[in-house]
Amino acid sequence: MASLRAYILARVLLTIPMVLILLTIVFFIMRILPGNPVLAMVGMKASEEQIKTLMKELGLDKPLWQQYLDYLWGLLHGDLGRSMIWGRRPVLQEIWDHFPATVELAVAGFTVSVLLGLLTGSLAAVKRGTLLDAGLRVWGILAYALFIPLLGMFFQLVFGVWLHWFPVAGRKNPLIDVPTITGFYMVDSILAGNPWGVVDALWHLALPSLTLGIVLSGIYTRLVRTSMLQVLGEDFVRALRSRGIPESKILFGHVLKNAFIPVLTMMGLQFALLLAGAVLTETTFSWPGLGTFLVERIEYRDYTTVQGTIVFYALLVSTVSLIVDVIYAYIDPRIRY
Amino acid sequence: MERLKKLWRRQRVDVALTLAGAAIVLLVLFMAVSAPILAPYNPIVSVDDSLLPPSPKHPMGTDSLGRDVYSRVLYGAQIILLVVLTSTTVSLITGSTLGLISGYFGGAVDRALSVIMDSIYAFPGLILAIAVAAVLGPGVLNTVISISVVYIPTYFRMVRGHVLSVKSRLFVEAAKALGASDWTIMTRYVLPNVLVTIPVVFSMNVADAVLTEAALSFLGLGVPAPTPDWGFDLKNGQRNLLSGYWWPALWPGFFITLLALGFSLFGEGLNELVGGEA
Repeated sequence: MASLRAYILARVLLTIPMVLILLTIVFFIMRILPGNPVLAMVGMKASEEQIKTLMKELGLDKPLWQQYLDYLWGLLHGDLGRSMIWGRRPVLQEIWDHFPATVELAVAGFTVSVLLGLLTGSLAAVKRGTLLDAGLRVWGILAYALFIPLLGMFFQLVFGVWLHWFPVAGRKNPLIDVPTITGFYMVDSILAGNPWGVVDALWHLALPSLTLGIVLSGIYTRLVRTSMLQVLGEDFVRALRSRGIPESKILFGHVLKNAFIPVLTMMGLQFALLLAGAVLTETTFSWPGLGTFLVERIEYRDYTTVQGTIVFYALLVSTVSLIVDVIYAYIDPRIRY
Repeated sequence: MERLKKLWRRQRVDVALTLAGAAIVLLVLFMAVSAPILAPYNPIVSVDDSLLPPSPKHPMGTDSLGRDVYSRVLYGAQIILLVVLTSTTVSLITGSTLGLISGYFGGAVDRALSVIMDSIYAFPGLILAIAVAAVLGPGVLNTVISISVVYIPTYFRMVRGHVLSVKSRLFVEAAKALGASDWTIMTRYVLPNVLVTIPVVFSMNVADAVLTEAALSFLGLGVPAPTPDWGFDLKNGQRNLLSGYWWPALWPGFFITLLALGFSLFGEGLNELVGGEA
């Protein structure tokens, strides 16, 4: 246990410079903004006086290093600044309003991708060398090359416009009234004891999560195939076979479980892809998550909110990769060297 | 010839994948180059009624502004190839140079550069590109910058890793002992070893960059209208698609995926053929 604690400490210490560098990069990207954000905000007709006041309010009149320190100091206190439009709400509050939708979509998409990857990957491994195996290999490459909005729109056309099976946009039916408790519709519906809310949430999730899941599954297909083949060649499988254990029991009871370990390792790395994919899925399906929010605020040139959202993504990625690494170290002591 | 036959027998699928990928890429390249000859109409002006279904007159129909979708798709190949190939080349040169220097000389600069590159690498590429594009505003050059920033760490990490492993090999030691300069060692001994893996990594990288370019355009952060651009046309056609007029959206979208698939297949196949190092 002592070594685990040492590992966690070392891993946290490694995360700090990474976070700091990302925050610095975001800061400098936002400052090379061509054109004055304040001018964009108050309009060309604003008086000199108005502009000055606003610059002062946003801290843009100070020297750059001072702005940088203020920015870091604010972040340390969980302050991402205030939005530049519509009631000037704190950016963090707006982010929390949109975050549950993204988490819902990400979890659902992730589940689809892993299940699909396990299915196709193990099928390819069992049918190794056949036409099916080659076909599934091409499928893995194709899935990765699929452009998320294209697949999403294809589903919208077929299952929404033509068949009317699923809604093409949004997160829920406005007629179903579920009180907001956690912001996760599924959880809220369960808490409120409303089965229709759960069904409705799933019904709206179907096409977006399928879209995101299919595109992300390509990597798992290949990974599961490779690791299945490796496990299938091991001595313990031969031993099981020689004892006359049915092949299906060997596969599902033993091989799949062992082949799953490399997939677990990949999941942490996939998180960044999941977030990026969610941005495109959300904008395709008008899903009111962080991605849609970010793109909308870019259009409004609400630059404090854009900066805050990017910072939030940076913190999210760093935290998740830290947590995932610690979990692996807990499961697999070899990682703690 | 005998060797080729053997290769074909043993790695039939890999050869097929590589060739299929190359064929797709060449097709899109052909579309881009011959767009002025092949396109029946001016891609940026209204030439007929809006939202006409595909017909002999308009093989892919017309869009909501009455423009010929086929002509727009052909010209769209130009812009995406231009942006993607320029930006990945910029990443390749910048990232490789930094990786070579960093790996070869080591020390504090190497440590600092590595941490910076690893941080960028860990961040979701598309979101980084969105941030840069949002700040710079739309435009061809700005899109190129946004995309190339994302992929610099890919080459940095690859080249640096190679340099570190080559550096400790005996022939480099020997060259050093014989008094070869740093420059000679880098260009004559280290670089050729790195160059072998570049085609594979580059084509996989281009596949990814195709999707990033299309995504930026789709989000309205790419090349401004009315330039024919697949990602933007896909977004533009979504409203009509939801009313059942699928052709202005799905045709450009299909070619985005086809192009990404072409580069992926080529990279994947090649990787297996050269021994699967990347």
